[in-house]
Amino acid sequence: MRYLMLIYNCERQPGPDDPGFEEALARVNAFADECRRRGVLVGGDPVHGEKAATTVSVRDGKTILTDGPFVETHEHLGGYYVMDCRDLDEALELAALCPFAELGAIEVRPIVYVPGVDNSPVGG
Amino acid sequence: MTDPAGLAVERVYREHRARLLAALVRVLGDVELAEDALQEACATALRHWTERTPDDPVAWLLTVARNSAFDRLRRAKLGREKQVAVVPIAVPEPAEMLLAVGDERLSLVFMCCHPALAEQARIALTLQAVVGLTAAQIARAFLVSEQTLAQRLVRAKRKIRDAGIRLAVPADHVLPERLSGVLAVAYLIFTHGYTADHDSADYVDLRTEAIRLGKLIATLMPDEPEALGLVALLLLHNSRGAARYTESGDIVLLADQDRGRWDRGDIAEGVGLLDRALRRGEVGPYQLQAAIAAIHAQAPTTDETDWVRIAALYGELLIVAPTPVVQLNHAVAVAMATDPDAGLALIDRIEGLDHYHLLHAAKADLLRRLGRREAAVQAYRRALELATNPSDRRFLAARIAGFEGRPNPTHHPTADQQRKGLKTTGPTDR
Repeated sequence: MRYLMLIYNCERQPGPDDPGFEEALARVNAFADECRRRGVLVGGDPVHGEKAATTVSVRDGKTILTDGPFVETHEHLGGYYVMDCRDLDEALELAALCPFAELGAIEVRPIVYVPGVDNSPVGG
Repeated sequence: MTDPAGLAVERVYREHRARLLAALVRVLGDVELAEDALQEACATALRHWTERTPDDPVAWLLTVARNSAFDRLRRAKLGREKQVAVVPIAVPEPAEMLLAVGDERLSLVFMCCHPALAEQARIALTLQAVVGLTAAQIARAFLVSEQTLAQRLVRAKRKIRDAGIRLAVPADHVLPERLSGVLAVAYLIFTHGYTADHDSADYVDLRTEAIRLGKLIATLMPDEPEALGLVALLLLHNSRGAARYTESGDIVLLADQDRGRWDRGDIAEGVGLLDRALRRGEVGPYQLQAAIAAIHAQAPTTDETDWVRIAALYGELLIVAPTPVVQLNHAVAVAMATDPDAGLALIDRIEGLDHYHLLHAAKADLLRRLGRREAAVQAYRRALELATNPSDRRFLAARIAGFEGRPNPTHHPTADQQRKGLKTTGPTDR
């Protein structure tokens, strides 16, 4: 079953020119290696902060754009993984292994299977 | 139920409910659906067992329940497209193969006590699914409304289904941690037994249920001495049940309890189980607490208690469970084993318990024994400020009144009672 792992409050990550970048990169890649070894990694990426967010809604056929995130919170969503795990125990174990869990927190959300819904990239 | 079918169904259900439920959750992955299917199978059995009870009634119920759940799932699927007629549940012919019923109760226990569920949900779910109490009974025992409790149960069951909490005994590398979570649920159920409303119409004795649950876990995990240690601890605590309260509901401290009212059967059973656990040579927090409780249980009086051994056991407990409450219990035991100064020095080193009334009560008592009246009264006052339990408050107020020379009509401190503040320092010493 698939899980969405939301990475929170890890905004102070070193950039490519900062000291400690190589080490942080190695840790994140080692985690991804472990996920690949288990065959659970579906995808994942870091995302830009709230300042880069645009929220879209459509009302009465009219598209409304809002600068910023849908919900203003103090929590910073920094990225995500999607993993296809055996069960919640495996998902929680991997979340705990993820280097970001030591810096911020990871919210594990089970992905809903809705029969008939096709979101595959090339179509069913 | 007086008809033979009713009696047979009731007997099979009572004896095998948890096993049937576990087996159905295995097949269906959904606790609510499994419960409904089991109810439906029982209702079907009432209509079909009138002539004779099937050769294997447990397998019969499981087969019918599974058929009913599959039917329901199929109807729900078809129902989205068109109306479908409800067909009667398929009942197995006598010659038909029945499902084999394994024993997955241990997996059920671990699932109900999964750490991804809130603690209150773990407790409620374990009491319902494993122990077999009704939602109404659990609600009353925990002094919450039936609606609150029903919601708590439904939410937990849906999380199990939706989040993919599997019916399984955890993998070896997480087993010790998960087992201690399971044992903690049984322990919490036991301690809730003290707050239950004893006068309610369908009062359930949570302490008895917790012991039953502990015994089930210990039976299902014969290689885990901590499970036995927990049962031993619960039995030893339970042995004091009758002596623990006065008729007016006040707590009687260990030192003042009438030891003649301690249940010798519970003590013998608890000590026996503890010995069995200790022979394994893998000591853990429950075995250590049980060992401490066993010393109390076997001592003829407070004065004849082996405080040196108790202090040493608390010292060991501090290594495996280094919590401030254990530190406090250790300090008090050291004071009893040696002198109040030593205990006081240890209490002063405890961090993070400043809002715990029993810390101040214990400190007050040691100060009193050292003749430091002013400091003692001050500590009793602080304890009284923090105490919320009416019985604790009455005790502390009486202590302060005693210092101030005011007569206290309900309390005549004797030499023995002068020590009682010492025994109030934690759940393991009650």
